[in-house]
Amino acid sequence: MSAEKIMILGVNHKTAPVEIRERLSFSSDPGTPYRELKVIPGCEEFCFLSTCNRVEVIFVSPTPEETEKKIRDFLFDNSMSYDEAGQYVYLHQGEAAIQHLFRVGASLDSMIVGESQILGQLKQAYRDASEQNAGGMILNRLMHKAFSVAKRIRTETEIGSSAVSISYAAVELAKKIFGNLKNKIAMLVGAGEMAELAAQHLMNQGIAEVVVANRTFERAVNLARCFNGKPVALEELIPQLEHVDIMISSTGSPDVILHSKDVKPLMRQRRNRPLFLIDIAVPRDLDPKLNDLENVYLYGIDDLNNIVDINKAERDKEAVHAERIVSEETLKFMLWLGSMEVTPTIVAIREKADAIRKAELEKTLPNIGSLSDKEIKAIEKMTSAMMNKILHNPIVYLKKDDSHKDKKVKLASIRKFFNLDNSN
Amino acid sequence: MGYLLFQITLFAYILATSGYVVYFWSQRDDVRTTARGILIGAGVLHTLYLIVRYIEAGHTPLTNHHEAVSFFAWSVTWGYLSFHWKYNVRNFGSFVSPLITGLMLIATFSSREIIPLPPALKSAWLPVHASIAIMANGFLALAFCGGIMYLLQERELKNKRFGLFYTRLPSLESLDNLNSHCLAVGFPLLTLGIITGSVWAKQAWGAYWQWDPKETWSLITWFLYAALLHQRFTVGWRGRRAAIMAIVGFSAAIFTLWGVTYLLEGLHSYVG
Repeated sequence: MSAEKIMILGVNHKTAPVEIRERLSFSSDPGTPYRELKVIPGCEEFCFLSTCNRVEVIFVSPTPEETEKKIRDFLFDNSMSYDEAGQYVYLHQGEAAIQHLFRVGASLDSMIVGESQILGQLKQAYRDASEQNAGGMILNRLMHKAFSVAKRIRTETEIGSSAVSISYAAVELAKKIFGNLKNKIAMLVGAGEMAELAAQHLMNQGIAEVVVANRTFERAVNLARCFNGKPVALEELIPQLEHVDIMISSTGSPDVILHSKDVKPLMRQRRNRPLFLIDIAVPRDLDPKLNDLENVYLYGIDDLNNIVDINKAERDKEAVHAERIVSEETLKFMLWLGSMEVTPTIVAIREKADAIRKAELEKTLPNIGSLSDKEIKAIEKMTSAMMNKILHNPIVYLKKDDSHKDKKVKLASIRKFFNLDNSN
Repeated sequence: MGYLLFQITLFAYILATSGYVVYFWSQRDDVRTTARGILIGAGVLHTLYLIVRYIEAGHTPLTNHHEAVSFFAWSVTWGYLSFHWKYNVRNFGSFVSPLITGLMLIATFSSREIIPLPPALKSAWLPVHASIAIMANGFLALAFCGGIMYLLQERELKNKRFGLFYTRLPSLESLDNLNSHCLAVGFPLLTLGIITGSVWAKQAWGAYWQWDPKETWSLITWFLYAALLHQRFTVGWRGRRAAIMAIVGFSAAIFTLWGVTYLLEGLHSYVG
């Protein structure tokens, strides 16, 4: 099995704007990608991952290049040419693809490095793939490995603490503005781990109420249940701000959802009580000019990041540690793939030898004349034993654990000795 | 005797201020406890000094500059300590104690000579009017310190550059509360000071109001604070604006106290 068969085609927050990502996410009908990808020739095993920050297809194909072309055309729905789409996508193959998947699962490729939501999303994507019978031996092993790598990184490094510390910084700021949070109201707009984590922190500080606003009211109701909160429709956002003291916004909206001119008249109704706005959406949800309003304090994700930057050196060290684990695990997986290449070689050698043996038997046996079944069986057994004994040493040699590079050389020469690749 | 007591008091104030400055840098709680203890001691010594001064002068010691400024410092000290007893505002002492020491140094360099009381001032209204007016200034001074702290903290929060003050200063809301509490005490005292002054003026000079510079400026000060309080109760002026107004108002109060005496001539000019 060659690693080059494994490919990942995707877009993420770094390569494509939200409008492009949204178009590829198939959030309205998650079944579509499975139906459509399954019929693409060569797409033997695949998994479709779609989150608010990334869309990826992980697939295994004997003809990766051709399959990739078809998948890309499907994703972009032929709305732009292959090369045009190329500016938004990334394509990883073989070892690079494995490494990429491990980094994604461990949240090293996330917008907020170390957030844990991505692992859950990856697991869900894998479950979907299994339910749709899109998985296979390679993909199963690859995905399970990605989960265990993520788990290993989470336990062995402190990478997860930075996402936590950002929401913690938000709470610290709230305390510097309001002092006591006991009679304050927080509003959560949109969803996302960071926002929910911040809301959870605020709850722990004894905040009076959490209001949850969402584009889909149903989602708001579900989320509000987690915080014993009050769900509201997104349209009520501005009237709600009359009572709310802290607003955490993380919608996937490509546009600004709250403008300075919306809030200015509200401040009079609020009797100038301070308003703390936290914008963790990318692209921004909140107008940067809001910070210029009196008694309004607007903090973006970068501002919060700066606060926790005091520990940046520490986190960088953790990231290096995590990357080392990824490299290590990638290498292990490549070795497994390598052993996957040995097995078919052995099978091919045996098959070839057995075919020769059978052909020779068929040629010889009729010429000998009358032989009892018992005698024929004995001859067959003897030829099999001879074959196995001759092949024994080469197979042991092949199976022997060697370095990755040596193994490749060894496989190539053995395949040449037995003339496995050019038939006849 | 009185002078020695004054010097010991001044020394205690300087010591307390140094303690609060050290606390501001180190944020060590034991330093704060010590500094507060010294400040309370200084306040007690200061009270003793005022009593001794009263006995030495034979009348309420609020008639010259030294006495007025010294009483001002005393008002700030006890105003601060009374608030401290009720609210906990982190590092407030580090801002208030230098102000107290500053006032005490001004008092040191003013003439301590006891001047015989002019006939116009011989009245029961003297202790009432002067002490109320100066105590009003004491609370307005506390609002001023709170206002400065508010602006420092607010600037770091708005600009998102966290330096010396972010961790040390309390929340904006508690500073804003401090502002409103100080004014809630200071403003009625200021009003009362002006009314008692007016009544005394009628008695001494035969008219309630003569538009002499001190009267005019205290009225300007009163209007500034009245405007701030009015806006706070009606449209909810708070935070930055209230802090700025507390600083502007206190500047007007200081001008009433000193500016008028040294820059403008008037009936009050023989008083501190």
